[in-house]
Amino acid sequence: MKNSLRTPYDGIVMAAPVTIPYARYSIESAQWWIGRALSALVAKAGIKASDIDGLCVSSFTMGTDSGIGLTQHFGLCVRWLDTIPLGGASAIAALRKAARAVQARDADIVACVAGDTNHVDSFRLTLENFSRFNQDAVYPYGAGGANASFALIARNYMRTYGVTREDVGRIAVAQRANALRNPHALMKAPLTIEQYLAARPISDPIHLFDCVMPCAGAEAFLVMRDETAASLGLPAARLLSTIERHNAFADDPMQVRGGWAMDIGELYAMAGVKPDDLDVVQTYDDYPVITMMQFEDLGFCNKGEGAAFVRQHDLTIDGDFPHNTSGGQLSAGQAGAAGAYLGLVEGLRQVLGQAGSTQVKDAKLGLAAGFGMINYDRGLASGAAIFAGPAR
Amino acid sequence: MLQRCEACGAFAYPAREACPACLSAALTFVDAPRRGALLAETTARVPSDVYFRERAPWRIGLVRMDCGPTMVAHLHADCVEGAPVMMSFQLDKSGQAVAFARPERETPNMADDRQWREMTADPKFRRVLVTNGRSLIGKEAVAALKAAGAKTVFVGVSEPWRPFAGEQLLRGQQGIEVVTLDAADEKSAADLAADIGGKVDILVNTTEYVRPGGLLDRRGTSIARDEIDQAYLGFINLAQAFGPTMRMRGADGINSSAAWVNILSVHALANWPAFGAYSASQAACLSLSHCLRAELRPGGVKVMNLFTGPVDTEWFQTVPPPKVAPRAVAQAIVSGLKGGLEEIYVGDVAEEIRQRLAANPKALERELDR
Repeated sequence: MKNSLRTPYDGIVMAAPVTIPYARYSIESAQWWIGRALSALVAKAGIKASDIDGLCVSSFTMGTDSGIGLTQHFGLCVRWLDTIPLGGASAIAALRKAARAVQARDADIVACVAGDTNHVDSFRLTLENFSRFNQDAVYPYGAGGANASFALIARNYMRTYGVTREDVGRIAVAQRANALRNPHALMKAPLTIEQYLAARPISDPIHLFDCVMPCAGAEAFLVMRDETAASLGLPAARLLSTIERHNAFADDPMQVRGGWAMDIGELYAMAGVKPDDLDVVQTYDDYPVITMMQFEDLGFCNKGEGAAFVRQHDLTIDGDFPHNTSGGQLSAGQAGAAGAYLGLVEGLRQVLGQAGSTQVKDAKLGLAAGFGMINYDRGLASGAAIFAGPAR
Repeated sequence: MLQRCEACGAFAYPAREACPACLSAALTFVDAPRRGALLAETTARVPSDVYFRERAPWRIGLVRMDCGPTMVAHLHADCVEGAPVMMSFQLDKSGQAVAFARPERETPNMADDRQWREMTADPKFRRVLVTNGRSLIGKEAVAALKAAGAKTVFVGVSEPWRPFAGEQLLRGQQGIEVVTLDAADEKSAADLAADIGGKVDILVNTTEYVRPGGLLDRRGTSIARDEIDQAYLGFINLAQAFGPTMRMRGADGINSSAAWVNILSVHALANWPAFGAYSASQAACLSLSHCLRAELRPGGVKVMNLFTGPVDTEWFQTVPPPKVAPRAVAQAIVSGLKGGLEEIYVGDVAEEIRQRLAANPKALERELDR
């Protein structure tokens, strides 16, 4: 394990993880959902909105607004502000920036928020206008959206490493079991491996239960120094390490690994822990095959061993490898950019002992990963964070 | 055509503003090597766009070009994962250039592929109207379209009781129907459209009205008026009679309308004073064709303009060679439709004018004056 030369996140904590329960469709705006999340943050932390002096926002559906418009919209006066358009990597990126801001005392309490609405046609419009490369060189080819793009990646990955649909399906089935314990998950019916395998094809080899359900929702948490949390009497999780990487392995003809693989030594070295030490893991599960890739790239097994790994482990809340304990995006829903936050916010609840019905017993050390922005043929952004609850 | 960096030679795709290998801004579109390998494929069964939803399942893939970039591409049904493919850009129904992968080697009935036919206007299996069967080009076009597998070719003939050379090639032939049409007559065009307008998948406008002369050596406007009546107003009559139905039938199952073809003098692009008024009438038609293209686009119907130099017909008798054989024009119509093209240049004169117009338009104008 290599040593990290980066400045440690000494005394940087996260607190008040909040989730605004998701809705399949919403007639409200993204601003409404973000407003609910800010309100919930303030209530949960027992602070005033005026105590928030830093704000970081991510959303796909805010229209022409960015973070600055939201300050006036919500009556916030902040001295540190960021808007992060990194899709599924937004939460980790927000955490990294906010952590350094409070560490440098550029801000004391940063609210990190992501929220999106889902009008009846929002999803298609997001697909159609996702990126310039996408408009130019992807959307006109069958308009299959992310499903078709990830189908190409999945097909190549599965063929290269001899992965079957059943292997991938184990991830989706385990997450559905977890979701049944999360009252806010959109998916309420049990899912068997037989049902998974029999699902209708969407874009081969992607079938129905490989896809997330777009929805409306919001997620948020606070970042501050530990003395601030202590003075507020707030239970808080310590940030141990983070990584972030964009456009990694550009020479790989097709994506079989994400940027995590480039920085994984750094992630564990900075935290001073090993993969085996983690009590709970939240991967970015836009598709279960991407989760399998993360098991490899985050160091739980070697490249090409993801299928064997999921066969050997029980990924449910009470299993030997508790993973995506809220049900993940696959079963809780993908609320736009809030999908990036889902794992991190649930991970914080876990190590703080606040996860309620999805609580992993004695969870102290957690990892959350992010992945996003299929600009053209691959996901460009990746990140991960390791954090510890007060009991560790 | 792909972008290539003039500084480091790397190819780039999708189109960029700077080279991803060296950040140079000198990216030029060049003819790139067309070979690649199909890395992975998928079949989109639930597209989000209504156009593809109607045509699902739709097969696409990711192709690694031998020259470097990877391209998302529409796939010919005979493409196999891991095998070499040949890439081309085709114009899709919206007029956008899209990458299409075909097998490296010819396969049986290759041009009949469902996704390929969506990008082209292949006359095979289709019903075509050739608007003027009296002309040499018209008769050759009928023969070439039949040979290319057109199901029915309707041939317009004005004043059908008046005999004309080659009439026996059209009458009583299997799959050829002579119909009465004088494009310059609004009522004639409307009457024919009322009869067969819903059955025209491809319209080939072979209206031809060539008269020599420019401005000063002609007296009055009667010839110019005839040129406008026949070529320009004839085009308008045909467009108004057949265009609306063709636009509505762009997605009419397997018998959908596909294309409109104009045969224009290349001197529509640069006036040739020896046939100066004729050149101007062709320029008017060219301009109108761009309007028609825009108006047919919502229906997914292509407009192809075929540019030719002087054709080997009686009205160009006094013009020295090289001249274009009517058969060459007819074959170009078929090959352009098979490729789904918007523009095609036939013969040496047309090709020379295309190149010289791009290189130095003022010099071309001066030299056409001789």
